[in-house]
Amino acid sequence: MKLTLKIWRQENAKTKGAMKTYQIDGIDGDMSFLEMLDVLNEDLINKGEIPVEFDHDCREGICGSCSLQINGEPHGPDRLVTTCQLHMRKFNDGDTIVIEPFRATAFPVVTDLIVDRSSFDRIQQAGGYISVNTSGNTVDANAIPIKKENADDAFYAATCIGCGACVAACKNASAMLFTSAKVSQFALLPQGEIEATERVENMVRQMDLEGFGNCTNTGACEIECPKGISLENIARMNREYLSAVSKG
Amino acid sequence: MGIISSSIARKVAMALSGLFLVLFLGQHFTINLTSTFSPETFNEISHFMGTNFLVQAILQPVLIFGVIFHFVMGFILEIRNRSARKINYVRYDGNANSTWVSRNMIYSGVAILAFLGLHFYDFWFPEIVHKYIESNPADATRYYGELVEKFESPVRTGLYVLAFVFLALHLFHGFASSFQSVGFNNKYATALKKFAKFYAIAIPAGFVFIALFHHFNH
Repeated sequence: MKLTLKIWRQENAKTKGAMKTYQIDGIDGDMSFLEMLDVLNEDLINKGEIPVEFDHDCREGICGSCSLQINGEPHGPDRLVTTCQLHMRKFNDGDTIVIEPFRATAFPVVTDLIVDRSSFDRIQQAGGYISVNTSGNTVDANAIPIKKENADDAFYAATCIGCGACVAACKNASAMLFTSAKVSQFALLPQGEIEATERVENMVRQMDLEGFGNCTNTGACEIECPKGISLENIARMNREYLSAVSKG
Repeated sequence: MGIISSSIARKVAMALSGLFLVLFLGQHFTINLTSTFSPETFNEISHFMGTNFLVQAILQPVLIFGVIFHFVMGFILEIRNRSARKINYVRYDGNANSTWVSRNMIYSGVAILAFLGLHFYDFWFPEIVHKYIESNPADATRYYGELVEKFESPVRTGLYVLAFVFLALHLFHGFASSFQSVGFNNKYATALKKFAKFYAIAIPAGFVFIALFHHFNH
């Protein structure tokens, strides 16, 4: 497969970036998208050029490291997959592929296709946890009876890998889906009830401080999320927030 | 940080003011519809609405506040949302994951705002001048004639029809999504959202019918 790649190149956060065009040949349909970029980088290194920098880690779709806006969509045109799970068979010989970093003021570009997603970490740190005594007398979580539906919904919310595709897809660069998943996974469980009020207020405050946009319910985040995190989580977070505010 | 400064509070405020305006639209449509089959009823209701103290002194200011609040908040949200992505994508495929109407509420909203300017110029300002500046004596039979006269012009009728198309686009996303914004997401949500989509088409279509009815019948 022969492809034309248009890739965002930017030396560092302070320099101005630009799209650069590369030709690549010999790409197999069974390669993952990241393997295709590995081939490109080998080419560039052999030519003495600087390789394209991009985030990756597990390459199994569970770590949330890989990102990339591919042909206008986060993680590319396939559904429920991360970029590392995207296969080149989704593209045709002779295609032009536009590859950009996730764009959001709260995700500044570090270099090339790598963005700083530590704003997500700070939202988590603001309340995405429960206080559990771990000094040796921890109660087994399974000892607490939990309604099956709640356990399932909490689990689905917890499958969010924090990749940032929701922000990248949203026309407002809103982080509501991510934040709501992190709020929901605790809000649905008895262990999360104690800090429920502070959690949602602090996480939403941090989300706003980071400069993410407002949700306008376009639903793009849910469609592009590699884990299929549901919009229902956003409605739940809104309820949790209103309930927290009404408690004062 | 005040409640209205948080993103969720703003979202809920937009939804609630929008729901209020949706209710008003239904009431406005019902009254206007009477003009197509009973000029007397239309005159009677219009006279009541134009002279009743509760409507004039309380409901009307609340409505005007609701309209201004919805628009101002809409612009505030738009500015904030644009600043959340200062560098745009070279390629952004919005159609792959969302509808055009959901992404362009600001444009349909601005079109409705422009229409409101025309609508106020046509009906509200002359009404205020007639009642409170010229202090004309109350005339319970004038409303139907004033309405019909406005729709003689094909240009004005065309502008009204166009505005109602934008209204339908705006409501099609706005009404249904307001339930999500206020956190209403249970087993009734799907049916309610279907009703909202129907309402979003039916009410503006009804307004189009009324405008065309008077244009072609007089």
